[in-house]
Amino acid sequence: MPLIKNKQIVADTWQYVGDEAAIPADGGVIVSLARWQAERSVLVGRNAPLGIRLKSDESAEAIADDLPRFDVVALEFPTFKDGRPYSTVRLLRERHHYTGELRAVGDILRDQLQFMRRCGFDAFEFADETAAEKAISAFDEIEAVYQTAADWRRSAAMIRTDTANAFLNGTCG
Amino acid sequence: MYLYDTIDQSLVDQRVEQFRGQVRRRMAGELSEDEFKPLRLMNGLYLQLHAYMLRVAIPYGTLSSHQMRKLAHIAQRYDKGYGHFTTRQNLQFNWPKLEETPDILAELADVQMHALQTSGNCIRNVTADQYAGAAADEVADPRITAEVVRQWSTLHPEFSFLPRKFKIAVTGSSRDRAAVRVHDIGLVVKRDEAGAIGYQVIVGGGLGRTPMIGATVRDFLPKRHLLSYLEAILRVYNQAGRRDNMYKARIKILVHALGAEEFIRRVEAEWEAIRDSAVDLPAGEHDRIATFFAPPRFEALPNNDGEFARYRLEDREFAQWARTNVAPHKQLGYAIANISLKPEGGIPGDATTEQMNAIAAIAERFSFGEIRVTHEQNLVLPHVRQADLYGVWQTLKSHDLATPNLGLISDIIACPGMDYCSLANARSIPLAQDISKRFADLRRQHDIGELKVKISGCINACGHHHVGHIGLLGVDRKGEEYYQITLGGSADENTNLGKIVGPAVPYDKVGSAIETITNTYIGLRADGESFLDTYRRVGNDPFKETLYAAH
Repeated sequence: MPLIKNKQIVADTWQYVGDEAAIPADGGVIVSLARWQAERSVLVGRNAPLGIRLKSDESAEAIADDLPRFDVVALEFPTFKDGRPYSTVRLLRERHHYTGELRAVGDILRDQLQFMRRCGFDAFEFADETAAEKAISAFDEIEAVYQTAADWRRSAAMIRTDTANAFLNGTCG
Repeated sequence: MYLYDTIDQSLVDQRVEQFRGQVRRRMAGELSEDEFKPLRLMNGLYLQLHAYMLRVAIPYGTLSSHQMRKLAHIAQRYDKGYGHFTTRQNLQFNWPKLEETPDILAELADVQMHALQTSGNCIRNVTADQYAGAAADEVADPRITAEVVRQWSTLHPEFSFLPRKFKIAVTGSSRDRAAVRVHDIGLVVKRDEAGAIGYQVIVGGGLGRTPMIGATVRDFLPKRHLLSYLEAILRVYNQAGRRDNMYKARIKILVHALGAEEFIRRVEAEWEAIRDSAVDLPAGEHDRIATFFAPPRFEALPNNDGEFARYRLEDREFAQWARTNVAPHKQLGYAIANISLKPEGGIPGDATTEQMNAIAAIAERFSFGEIRVTHEQNLVLPHVRQADLYGVWQTLKSHDLATPNLGLISDIIACPGMDYCSLANARSIPLAQDISKRFADLRRQHDIGELKVKISGCINACGHHHVGHIGLLGVDRKGEEYYQITLGGSADENTNLGKIVGPAVPYDKVGSAIETITNTYIGLRADGESFLDTYRRVGNDPFKETLYAAH
């Protein structure tokens, strides 16, 4: 499926492997939490990139100790209305300091991309190419933010405080 | 009042353009109605029974004259010449055209307004005490906190798809006019012994089909921790709130299911991990926001202005209005003037373009250009010199805005009901109009005294019937409109949920039922007892007897 990374459509080199399917010898695979928990030693011994996919009711804590083993964590939106992955992704980035790919999968719509990126997602899987192409412009529709989140954008309050301090220190033109 | 800087302005401006693009995609057929729905809802645009409805946010109920004129203009140009003030201090336009809504939003952005988060499962427009900065009983100004919360909650990336909508209310007074105990989060701004500002944090109140009074999770949260603490509460709710059943998805159900103790434990654990992080406001930003709410330049005046006293003696009608609609101000020589939007037989909360313009002009001249919207669907001129009250009253009267009925039986809260709303089972507005006409005699109203009637056209309780002294809930009985009557509710600092008094009554019997209830009260009351006092003393039984005796 088309994948957006860094505001570009890129080839997806990962393969999802269902819980019943055989695991291929080579190439990066993404497995479910259940499969990871059941076949951990096999997957670790495989010597190929590994990713994990969490359902929206599966928590960051469930994989927190194993994060270094995953190159991708995919979080599933069964519907765009299910906002749990927004918390999960922030916890993975901010509390567990995960630096690999965090991928939004499932019901991914253009108009939620800004929120997703702010919370720490850096890859977005779309159902089709056209939708993905049209979605790219959505990232930059609104520049100002009021909150600190996982994208390290500076909040309005921080910018204001900087400006005020610069003024007080005489460093403001 | 808070004024936008370039950052605030750029956000609403870009939001308008974003929505313009979404409407264009909808009109061009690129988006289906299903796909468009979540997008329009994020901008307060509902599809109602007969037309689109645009709900404009009036953050914590604060409006300038300038903004009121803009609302008047929008009502004239894009609607049918009126707007409807709601129980959440918002304003609804009932007849906008879809293709014109981006222009309406652009007009709003011109006066630092928007329709963000007036619908959807997000943190809704924050509400506050309408007497903020004016009330004699105020401990601290809730608007500062409300503005801090407004900014933090606007386009919050993590909390825009919560299990259900989320409402936050703030009061800074021991007399609760913001109904903080029936909100998802209620904040009471208070001071500790050293005079430092902090919050009592109340979580899990709400009305709707499962009315509950909120639990206090913190008696005193120091001011600097507010946003991290709110973030902790919302994060616990976002992860653990139910998503399988929309009727059990509000935070009150989670608090109830976990028990307050376990809920608090989870919040505190989450908070420990994020406290003292960048989530909280940097030092200085709170103060920056606070400067916008400094008191206006009050004159040094004596209290009990002589002219005010004289006019009250000379003009009985004015005296009546002053008694019900004027409240004490913290500044000597000033008063708070309430504008009733409940004229006899009128639609609660409606104001015409002409009335909005008149109010804007009066506020400009007599109230430092400030207007407030109340959750009881009235308006307030917060800072009027006592000496000006008579002139203000005369002008209001000439625009049919001086009904002296604040807090009386005809000051009814009603949801839009079946006249507008696609969820309603029954009508609310015509019932309110009928009760208002039935009790039109002001002497009778004053004799009955304080009595809050609240009407909801369905179980979602937008008319707050659970906390009405008399609450009316519209239900559908095989296609007929019936109304369940509850008694004894209140939304103040002693919040109570009303109790059902007996079987529901049909539409055309509601008026006489209300008369029976008030007559019963008058027969039972002791000296100086309000309806609620008497009810709390005698309970449901005497009312039940008289109401259902004839049946």
